[in-house]
Amino acid sequence: MEKGLTRVDLFEYQARDLFAKHGVPVLAGEVIDTPEAAREATEKLGGRSVVKAQVKVGGRGKAGGVKLAATPDEAVARATDILGMDIKGHTVHKVMIAETAPEILEEYYVSYLLDRTNRTFLAMASVQGGMDIEEVAEKTPEALAKVPVDSNEGVTIEKAREIVAQAKFPAEVAEKVAEVMVTLWKTFVAEDALLVEVNPLAKVANGDVLALDGKVSLDENADFRQPEHEALEDKAAANPLEAAAKAKGLNYVKLDGEVGIIGNGAGLVMSTLDVVAYAGENHGNVKPANFLDIGGGASAEVMANGLEIILGDPDVKSVFVNVFGGITACDEVANGIVQALELLKSKGEAVTKPLVVRLDGNNAELGRKILSDANHPLVQRVDTMDGAADKAAELAAAK
Amino acid sequence: MAIFLTKDSKVIVQGMTGATGMKHTKLMLADGTNIVGGVNPRKAGTSVDFDGTEVPVFGSVKEAMEKTGADVSVLFVPPAFAKAAVVEAIDAEIPLAVVITEGIAVHDSAAFWAYASAKGNKTRIIGPNCPGLITPGQSNAGIIPGDITKPGKIGLVSKSGTLTYQMMYELRDIGFTSAVGIGGDPVIGTTHIDALAAFEADPETELIVMIGEIGGDAEERAADFIKANVTKPVVGYVAGFTAPEGKTMGHAGAIVSGSSGTAQAKKEALEAAGVKVGKTPSETARLARAALSA
Repeated sequence: MEKGLTRVDLFEYQARDLFAKHGVPVLAGEVIDTPEAAREATEKLGGRSVVKAQVKVGGRGKAGGVKLAATPDEAVARATDILGMDIKGHTVHKVMIAETAPEILEEYYVSYLLDRTNRTFLAMASVQGGMDIEEVAEKTPEALAKVPVDSNEGVTIEKAREIVAQAKFPAEVAEKVAEVMVTLWKTFVAEDALLVEVNPLAKVANGDVLALDGKVSLDENADFRQPEHEALEDKAAANPLEAAAKAKGLNYVKLDGEVGIIGNGAGLVMSTLDVVAYAGENHGNVKPANFLDIGGGASAEVMANGLEIILGDPDVKSVFVNVFGGITACDEVANGIVQALELLKSKGEAVTKPLVVRLDGNNAELGRKILSDANHPLVQRVDTMDGAADKAAELAAAK
Repeated sequence: MAIFLTKDSKVIVQGMTGATGMKHTKLMLADGTNIVGGVNPRKAGTSVDFDGTEVPVFGSVKEAMEKTGADVSVLFVPPAFAKAAVVEAIDAEIPLAVVITEGIAVHDSAAFWAYASAKGNKTRIIGPNCPGLITPGQSNAGIIPGDITKPGKIGLVSKSGTLTYQMMYELRDIGFTSAVGIGGDPVIGTTHIDALAAFEADPETELIVMIGEIGGDAEERAADFIKANVTKPVVGYVAGFTAPEGKTMGHAGAIVSGSSGTAQAKKEALEAAGVKVGKTPSETARLARAALSA
């Protein structure tokens, strides 16, 4: 939930497709979602395949999510086993039927990502691939080369050779890995990626270097020039409330507590989650049910949309509306809340959960008066953030 | 005194003629900001009337600077055009560019930061995705409400917009020298450290409040800087103790920064540097009051 980072993490097969598009050497592969489809996909590959679970979590192999199939029938059997499997809380809905690799002789690691600290991009490369790169970084940091890449200079073949030399790749693969570093950089830039990672990058028996597995994270802020990226989002996996909120243009994240939260500004909402969690420690350990930032505008319509999402969450026992009036004055926000409740009532969605509202800042007195005058039976005004959080937690615990 | 922005600052607005630019130019003028022009190549030579104040529109940042002596630009340019606008400001070597725009692609912000660095950092960039900065009673470059508080002796630096306003409001009776919203994007120009150094050097700032958020390691580095370089009392607040971890696949980013980026790690680093860290904004305000009366 980092602010300003709107990343979309891709499945392996999607990463593979993007690698292929930009010239990173990969094996043939096809994604399927029924066991029977594994037969034709395997036949196309000459009768042998690797059946790979598509989940956005590491450790698939150890969990039994990657299996070799020597015949099309076996591929169907393996796909039957793997589809529906649970891997670290992720249900497998898709498998990739991949070409079998020639014998793997060595496994390497390469990636590009953002180095926030130095405000630059970074190439990382290691001849110790195949395992968790965090482990390499921890146990043998000298085996992980980190080379800054200037965004405007990019990765030429000369720069790629410098990266490869720093990571001490063996001479016989150095040039091939350098070429991968160039095409991987192309993928990184052309796709507006926040991360492109190949692990393992394998040296195989015929001397080729192949990207056998990879991760790609895309930057949603670049969607205006990446029209194909929207289709890569895994909408099916999103929580239904999150999907409904996104359709309304709301910045909402479902959490597992009981106090619904609405606020304006990501920082203030994050702070509200903390304050509610602290208050919950005195009230049956209730916790925030969601993150919802309605932004600076906070019009009646946006407020109504937000309330609708939150009141539709069966886990929510009470709602805390926490608004600081900045440019938008509190009287406008108060009118927004009153109108939102009317709007919901007229839609037949009677509000049955208590709302605690805290308004502060620009025109706070006026806004508070509007709420008091409206005298809605379920709306309570508490004028400090800590006090309001305590009240909302108390109400949630009492339900 | 103040940091980065004073009553003498001559401010231009890139994107002034758009809806957001118009709205906030009007508000900045109402706060006493000396706005000397707007930039829009398609409307060069015209002017815009803001309640009786005629603001001329120039074709480029360079032209605006030549004709007005402008030394600050505030950018309300949409994300798709923001990189070009920032590059233009850097090329013109304007001393301060305040990038309000939210939602700029990381490859664009990384590119204009690399460009600014290659040009010798003659332009201080604040933002992007920030509320800008205000020196109460003197000038306002951005979207921070001008009427929350008055001039005073606290310096504020914050990643978050609304938490900036909240903290200014909590301490409104004491007032602020300057309040700087540096933005929460992965790549930002001015950092906590830059603002801390400026507040340390500003004779009128007696106390510094810094607000951080989860993600990155800016707060941890700020803590190291405070330990070594800041003699004034610093009070801190970090948001996001209970925020869920991002849906990321692994932690390649954490390898780079060497920090978990959690609120707890940031709080501990700041406390180890002698910074008093509040659990909530109001507790932070109480700590600030106590530090000032100590």
